[in-house]
Amino acid sequence: MNQVVNSETFGDFVDVMPEDVEYLIIGFSANSIPLKQRWRNNGLSADFIADYLQTFFVGLEQNQNSHAVPIPTKSKNAAKYIANELLENAMKFSDDAVRYQTRIAFHLYEDKLVFHVTNAIESDNVDKFRNFIKRILTAEDPHELYIQQMELNASGEGDGGSGLGFLSMVCDYGAQLGWQFKTLESSVVLVTTMVSLTV
Amino acid sequence: MEIKAEEYTIQYIAETGEINCQGSLLLSGTEEYAPILNLMLEAAEEQAEHLTLKVTELEFLNSSGINTMTKFVINVRNRKSLALTVVGLDGTPWQVRLLKNLQRLMPSLQLQMQ
Repeated sequence: MNQVVNSETFGDFVDVMPEDVEYLIIGFSANSIPLKQRWRNNGLSADFIADYLQTFFVGLEQNQNSHAVPIPTKSKNAAKYIANELLENAMKFSDDAVRYQTRIAFHLYEDKLVFHVTNAIESDNVDKFRNFIKRILTAEDPHELYIQQMELNASGEGDGGSGLGFLSMVCDYGAQLGWQFKTLESSVVLVTTMVSLTV
Repeated sequence: MEIKAEEYTIQYIAETGEINCQGSLLLSGTEEYAPILNLMLEAAEEQAEHLTLKVTELEFLNSSGINTMTKFVINVRNRKSLALTVVGLDGTPWQVRLLKNLQRLMPSLQLQMQ
């Protein structure tokens, strides 16, 4: 019944990740707990993921702590920041009317750390989100766009969300981003965001 | 002036002209960050010449928090009369990155890495 009728990808997106590496998946059921009460769980889950990953990073050589390089993937802050932003977005833009589970997964490879987050998105938000994605992916200089977005938000002309989350992942953490939109037969739209960091 | 919650404390010390941010800031958007931004803007209003923003004891800041910091810095920049120093930890890459981004918005911003 819930067959995929349309699928579209943007940026650096790989759907199926091999599972012969370290991975962890956490699912959040779409239940009646209000968003505000659930918000705290984003930070807790992000903390857990970051702590979990530290085990694999201990003893490995840290990236050079030069001011020019992005925030090192092996720093606890990187995993926590990315996981938390992805969960915050999923909670903010999830379609509560659709009882679809929000899922966050990471896969750890020798040379990269990959996050996938999937949630159902409200149909009203799909075009807006797609346009924002295109702006990020086609930007000649993401850093310039990052600064422009900060100025725009400060001028009060931002459109609600700060729009800084994904841009900071690219500019501050050197992340590569990709998305997949899947429309189901029931017209529910599922979006998966993929974030890759070089380890 | 002080805003104190379980996870964070934001303190403004008028005598020293210092705003000190401590703990983890993971609030959910502009509305929830409004009291913090207001405290910072009141501090900017009160100090005539110089203000210091200290993030050395800040453990975590989400993107809505970054948005709050950038709004504050742009506001101070636009006043043109107030000098601003931001203090962060040299060994904490995300703080270094945040401070550099803030300086891009306000080139006269003084960075103090500890």
